[in-house]
Amino acid sequence: MPDQANFGSVDGLHTFPRLLFNHAKTRANAPAMREKHLGIWQTWSWADVGERVRALACGLSALGFKRGDNLAIIGDNRPHLYMMMTAAQCLGGVPVPLYQDAVASEMLFVLQDAGIRFVVVEDQEQVDKMLEVREQLPGLEHVIYDDPRGMRHYTQTFLHDIHELMEMGRIHDRNHPDFLNQEVEQGHFDDVSVMLYTSGTTGKPKGVCQTHGAFIAAAQGGVEVDHMAADGDILCYLPMAWVGDHLFSYAQALVAGFTINCPESGDTVMTDLREIGPTYYFAPPRVFESLLTSVMIRMEDAGAIKRKLFHYFMDVAKRCGAEILDGKPVSMGDRLNYALGNLIVYGPLRNVLGLSRVRVAYTAGAAIGPELFRFYRSMGINLKQFYGQTETCAYVCLQPDGAIKFDSVGQPAPGVEIKIADNGEVLVKGPMLLKEYYKRPEDTAESINADGYFMTGDAGFLDEDGHLKIIDRAKDVGKLSNGAMFAPNYIENKLKFFQHIKEVVCFGHQRDMVCAFVNIDVGAVGNWAERRGISYSGYADLAGKPEVLELIRECVEQINAGLIHDTMVADSQIHRFLVLHKELDPDDDELTRTRKVRRNFVAEKYKVLIDALYSGKANQFIETEVKFEDGRRGKVSADLKIIDAKTFPIVKKAA
Amino acid sequence: MSKKIGDVILDLQNISLRFGGVKALTDISFNVKQHEIRAIIGPNGAGKSSMLNVINGVYHPQEGKIFWHGNERKKMEPHMAAQQNIARTFQNIALFKGMSVLDNIMTGRITKMKSNFIEHALWFGRAKNEELEHRKKVEEVIDFLEIQHIRKTPVGRLPYGLQKRVELGRALAAEPTMLLLDEPMAGMNVEEKQDMCRFILDVNDQFGTTIVLIEHDMGVVMDISDRVVVLDYGKKIGDGVPDVVKNSEEVIKAYLGAGH
Repeated sequence: MPDQANFGSVDGLHTFPRLLFNHAKTRANAPAMREKHLGIWQTWSWADVGERVRALACGLSALGFKRGDNLAIIGDNRPHLYMMMTAAQCLGGVPVPLYQDAVASEMLFVLQDAGIRFVVVEDQEQVDKMLEVREQLPGLEHVIYDDPRGMRHYTQTFLHDIHELMEMGRIHDRNHPDFLNQEVEQGHFDDVSVMLYTSGTTGKPKGVCQTHGAFIAAAQGGVEVDHMAADGDILCYLPMAWVGDHLFSYAQALVAGFTINCPESGDTVMTDLREIGPTYYFAPPRVFESLLTSVMIRMEDAGAIKRKLFHYFMDVAKRCGAEILDGKPVSMGDRLNYALGNLIVYGPLRNVLGLSRVRVAYTAGAAIGPELFRFYRSMGINLKQFYGQTETCAYVCLQPDGAIKFDSVGQPAPGVEIKIADNGEVLVKGPMLLKEYYKRPEDTAESINADGYFMTGDAGFLDEDGHLKIIDRAKDVGKLSNGAMFAPNYIENKLKFFQHIKEVVCFGHQRDMVCAFVNIDVGAVGNWAERRGISYSGYADLAGKPEVLELIRECVEQINAGLIHDTMVADSQIHRFLVLHKELDPDDDELTRTRKVRRNFVAEKYKVLIDALYSGKANQFIETEVKFEDGRRGKVSADLKIIDAKTFPIVKKAA
Repeated sequence: MSKKIGDVILDLQNISLRFGGVKALTDISFNVKQHEIRAIIGPNGAGKSSMLNVINGVYHPQEGKIFWHGNERKKMEPHMAAQQNIARTFQNIALFKGMSVLDNIMTGRITKMKSNFIEHALWFGRAKNEELEHRKKVEEVIDFLEIQHIRKTPVGRLPYGLQKRVELGRALAAEPTMLLLDEPMAGMNVEEKQDMCRFILDVNDQFGTTIVLIEHDMGVVMDISDRVVVLDYGKKIGDGVPDVVKNSEEVIKAYLGAGH
């Protein structure tokens, strides 16, 4: 078990550098980080990591990095970038991870806002971005890169190879052997340890300042609830700028002392997942969704016997799998059947997914469809949800083992207090709250009320067992013109569970009915079309096929039929919908970098389509500008058909 | 960014090649300098691939002399070209479809292997160490071409553009000093072409490999090559830096027809 952080004493383990150097001392040879390089997993022990962090920190200091400076970190999950975080913290600096797939102009705002002088980047691609915006960043002094590939012809003196920095640091360390220890000693748990920028669903991103104390408390709470041990493995593949990755791959790894594993590249994550077989896995719902979709696609291509076996045992699992995992009473026959299924279906399937060794798998970031959630649990994977946001170190509610409810996000985590405001908004208080928004005192004051509660902006309620249920973003919850509640997310999530549907945007606030935009999942629908011999030339063409529209209509009507049983949302049945001709994309600002729909932006951009939905037109022409991955712009146009879906009479109206 | 172009390493003098009565190449002379990217262009049937096959030792010209690093080359077979560190890719992909990407690229190392068939079959003694060493080289190529995600995928399952990249990988695994590329960008989309261009330039830049390439895409040729030789009906009609060749009247005529 991890050493308890002792916030009272001066030499306690209450900052991340102290935690690291403690591991390096007490568990020197245990593996701390792994990275697949040239096809082979390379391991760094805690002692290696400690030595490198020391070298990096001294190197940074030799370059002029000082207490209170911010260090931007841009790149995929690489061991050196994680080490850089600790190195900056050693010197009392603040690492600021950025989303690595953003284009240079998007990064510019954060780099300016945080007053960045030092940047650590992964490779040439990111160096080029820095060179692109350098003109607008007069304060930028040094850019350090990890991967020297392609950098031979860059002669700028402010560019440094990370290995040179380490060498520089080692010399510095030899000349001033006490320097770094003194710097680390000065670290206090109330210092800001990291600054994470909110994804900016509304307005410009804000820098959330979190302290060592907050993240250590959040990490310890999670470690406690899930009994995480030092012999665990985690695959870190989600953006370093995202609070979840920082909590799991950084804070919890340092608190519990387990190993973090960095995949070879973004494309190899699935293979690397199978090779590592993590004990602790985190993925947003969309990853679990696409895993399931790919399994289903492959099963449909399998032979008849395999398919029959699969579906038979899936039914068994659906009936009793989740109950067995929760330790609830299940009949002997089902138990035997499940054990057989485990041997020939669930076990191999878990192995294919790379989840054989998983003790706890987590999902968060968006609501997960209950059927999807149940699927993984019934397969014997201990999938749970948690709830939290950047401002709370992603730590508010956790689902404890044995008390999982599919539609709730769990009970308040250790040390967290929850209160529901009169308007339904969830308020939280605890040691993991943000210190402040960087340079935005008025925003800080606005987000924390007089009693010290942080206002999450989510609408929800606590059920009779004290489990929190989230309905939607408080500001998104609207009313239909007849006064009934309209929670767009709730309906969208239900639709998104269909494997053929990737994204949905519902409209209905102050309207007389609910209408929707649908994005097809091009993988699943493409496969579906192929097997039916429907030919298509591209995304737009596929999305406009009458057969595809019919397929989506069936999905919508199924949801409508389901909604009538729930009096709260029965009025929210989808009356009309259309299938968009292009995928909603963060490059076109329609989604945030964490792939949440920017509702207002979409509503404005596609206003003609919304008007057409509500004016009863049968089709509407639209032309949209798109940005390609290489930065070029182009236009796509289509004449979209608008489909009427069948709605159902409401069974019982609320009294 | 300037690179150093060295001395002439391959000099072809008055090459003529006939298949029976058909004259494939007539009295062609040109040379290739160290570290340069040399393009051979021309309309269909101009004799470009024949030219490459002459360099590679597949065809033996009836007339003319070939000098390789200053020494006149006797009649030679393709495997001797491989031993002289000349590697190539083919116009139609010539990979082992059923084998994985890794294994395909590994075959590029065969000329470098010292242990014999039996030792390899038993994976015994020096064969084992040797394979580990070769595997490391292959992994470097895989890393260079950014194809880690398809390392274990059978080549036949890959899209065309990736297969082309694998073929380049196999040629690179032989650590050639000269690389012959026969239409490396044929049948690719714009993005794949861009990738391929970048890899060709990187190979040339990082390893100093001399590259001789045949290509139809004029934009590509003019952008990346140092010198271009133009063939038409088996005869040389132009030779020089891209800008000169682009403006040569004879070349324009051959490409666009006499009317223009």
